[in-house]
Amino acid sequence: MGKTLTLSRRGFLVATGATGLTLGVLGACSGPSDTEVDISNLPPNPEVNAWVHIARDDTVIVRIARSEMGQGTLTGLAQLVAEELGADWEKVTTEYPTPGENLARDRVWGDFLTGGSQGIRGSHQYVREGAAAARIMLVQAAAEEWGVPAGECTVNKGVISHAGSGNETSFGAVADAASELTPPTEVTLKDPSEWTIIGQPLPRLDTKDKVTGVQKYGADLQMEGMLNASIKAAPRRNATLASFDASAVSDMPGVVRVMAVGENAVAVVADTWWHANKALQALPIEWEGGDAFNSADFEAELVDGLTSDQAVTGYEVGDVDEAFSNADQIIEAVYNMPFQSHAPMEPMNATALYTSEKCEVWCPTQNGEAALAAAAQASGLPIQQCEVYKLLLGGGFGRRGMTDYVTQAVLIAKEMPGTPVKLLWSREEDQAQGFYHPTTKARVRGSLDSEGNLTGVNVRISGQSILAGIMPQAIVNGMDIATFQGLANPNNPRTADQSLKYTFPNFRADHAMRNPPVRPGFWRGVNANQNAIYLDCLMDELAEAAGRDPLEFRLAHMQDSPELAGVLQAVADTGGWGSDDGKHRGLCAFYSFGAYTAACAEVTVDDNGQLKIDRIVAATDPGYAVNPQQIEAQVEGSFVYGLSAMLYGNITFVEGEVQETNFDTYNVMRIYEMPEVETIIMPSGGFWGGVGEPTIAVAAPAVLNAIYAATGNRVRELPLNYRNLREA
Amino acid sequence: MGRLNINGEIVEVEFDDDTPLLWVLREQLGLTGTKFGCGVAQCGACTVHIDGQAIRSCVYPASAITEAEQITTIEGLSEAGDHPVQQAWEELDVPQCGYCQPGMIMAVAGMLNNNPEANDEDIDAEITNICRCGTFGRVRRGVHLAKTKMA
Repeated sequence: MGKTLTLSRRGFLVATGATGLTLGVLGACSGPSDTEVDISNLPPNPEVNAWVHIARDDTVIVRIARSEMGQGTLTGLAQLVAEELGADWEKVTTEYPTPGENLARDRVWGDFLTGGSQGIRGSHQYVREGAAAARIMLVQAAAEEWGVPAGECTVNKGVISHAGSGNETSFGAVADAASELTPPTEVTLKDPSEWTIIGQPLPRLDTKDKVTGVQKYGADLQMEGMLNASIKAAPRRNATLASFDASAVSDMPGVVRVMAVGENAVAVVADTWWHANKALQALPIEWEGGDAFNSADFEAELVDGLTSDQAVTGYEVGDVDEAFSNADQIIEAVYNMPFQSHAPMEPMNATALYTSEKCEVWCPTQNGEAALAAAAQASGLPIQQCEVYKLLLGGGFGRRGMTDYVTQAVLIAKEMPGTPVKLLWSREEDQAQGFYHPTTKARVRGSLDSEGNLTGVNVRISGQSILAGIMPQAIVNGMDIATFQGLANPNNPRTADQSLKYTFPNFRADHAMRNPPVRPGFWRGVNANQNAIYLDCLMDELAEAAGRDPLEFRLAHMQDSPELAGVLQAVADTGGWGSDDGKHRGLCAFYSFGAYTAACAEVTVDDNGQLKIDRIVAATDPGYAVNPQQIEAQVEGSFVYGLSAMLYGNITFVEGEVQETNFDTYNVMRIYEMPEVETIIMPSGGFWGGVGEPTIAVAAPAVLNAIYAATGNRVRELPLNYRNLREA
Repeated sequence: MGRLNINGEIVEVEFDDDTPLLWVLREQLGLTGTKFGCGVAQCGACTVHIDGQAIRSCVYPASAITEAEQITTIEGLSEAGDHPVQQAWEELDVPQCGYCQPGMIMAVAGMLNNNPEANDEDIDAEITNICRCGTFGRVRRGVHLAKTKMA
């Protein structure tokens, strides 16, 4: 697969930057292929349009605006473009345009933000239209050269043909002429039935370099004359840097500078990061003020919110209070979700080079444009004089949508004009300076009539709002709409892709906001993760109280969502639900990020109450499945992320400081705990749903419900953390 | 200053007594395939081989290694990136973000050096590397596929 760039002028720019940066994304130029013309001395083709650049050797370079962080969007987006272009997939390669170029070209690539499982569902339309426009221009260029009507030409795997005249040419040969043409004003996209590249389980475009160690991540950058920095920011939120004694470490090996970074951090710059970090650990630092927050004390506030009269209603159907007052039985339970750290394997990092005329940043980021804005602000230079070069992310999970580490790198580099400085956080810094998944509790209640029919459901969420913490302007009338992911109003276009798909006669989801002095953030799956626990574990409890089969009981309330019923039925059928084989199973189905997901978990709980998750059958309906084998990978990975949180995830604060400072205390799932996962991909078509996040929501509830089946105990307090599950 | 045998070559390199092998590899020799993940031997992203045995280089002082000991990094695991484990990884498209995978591959290759017949229990006991993307299912299948390639 043509995955190394050959003649890409722009790729060269990105790859070389300013100072002899060795990125390793440039391969050696391949020689002339089997075409008759020697192209080796010709200047490179200009781009056909913003999305498509075709080299003279027919390599198709697809521009990817979203960030690749493991979720496979790079390959999926390239498939969308290659499909409409009519490209030969074997000749497709990719490159990132830069945020600065996007700005200079009136945001021709749209949004760079990579989050909310939006990579494909949020850009498929304009990306495919861009590719279709490029195809039309390439065909027109060929047709004009031959003097035949464009409508008589066909495209197949990068070759344009005209049957009548017998002419044939390749994309690369006409790309130069095509670039001069006026783009079409209207394009017609292929019908899904015509797709030959979309929907195929193609191998990722970036695998080879990832198994040989060749792939460069931000942390791997090496530039001529580069220095390395390690940083420590105030361990308590809102604390400031009072003082530090640079003289205590200035003689340590390799140390070049010790400096304050902004109001609340101090960095050591040295020849190597090892030296920088060693000196930083030895540096005497005094902090001042800050919030001496204790997460254990915050419990009382969360509990208070569970019954508070003051709450904001996110979505309401009928009159749930009336339903409760007429109920034969009310089932009530309290569940929780602790703070979580993103903990991507590659710690935060950014490399910056500042001069009085220009500020350049190389970094892994989920939000290139925000990184550019941060570079401009921190450098004090006009944004047009700043640039960000995006690098592959060693995990993101939402953490790299923030730009704090970019700001820090630029502030450090600004003190050392002309010297590139790579800032790399220690794992301890990464854990201590997170934007944590918010903590909440929920009091869930459901009412049954005398015949076991569900009459009302209330999900009362108490706890932290992400938007209040990091996007307060998005709070409207006291409401954080993101709090209600998966429980939200289907009739509001802003929440339709996160809406409740169960049909209840009476329902209310409400939120009593309780904000601790902790930075919240978007954490893969975001609020759908706990909302699925809150709602679906309640459904399990209600089914039991009603004396009904948990599958039948759920399906009975999915009459308006055949897609949700479809994925649930699929996991039940394949997962062996209802069989009398003595195995213990739990179900969950949920809708979030525009996709329908379900899981059937099979568990064993031993005599000591220890859990083994034996098998999971998962199903997802994302509307269209662009690359089924990558969807499968995302679904499997979602269980690791979601179940790590369920098993161990818990960031705690004592006197404002994070206690879980590395993986020895912030445990995550390992391979021995990984169940066999069987994924059923069932795209029903007609909509574009997300993939990277939605399955996380069903992971924990399915297992918690299976634990109940195995033990008769409802586990409502997370994380499990090796607790004896047989003791209530 | 020390002499190290890395990927079949003797290199002279200056380092402090306490500098972990990881940082000598990454910062002084430019062998950045070996990753920094935690610094406390928890995650395994820094796994390399010494005489074919997987070790976590983030806590292993370079000064403790003699010239007679052969260090192998992901860059030196195979000439053309086609060690059976690498082949299996490519075939099954194991990596997602890929940051942990050089360490994962070195851990698996080390295990198979000692135990070419490694079964699921062996994998559970020996492969303790962290992958946050969640590639464990394909890692397990990759081990079994690599075994067939080595047989």
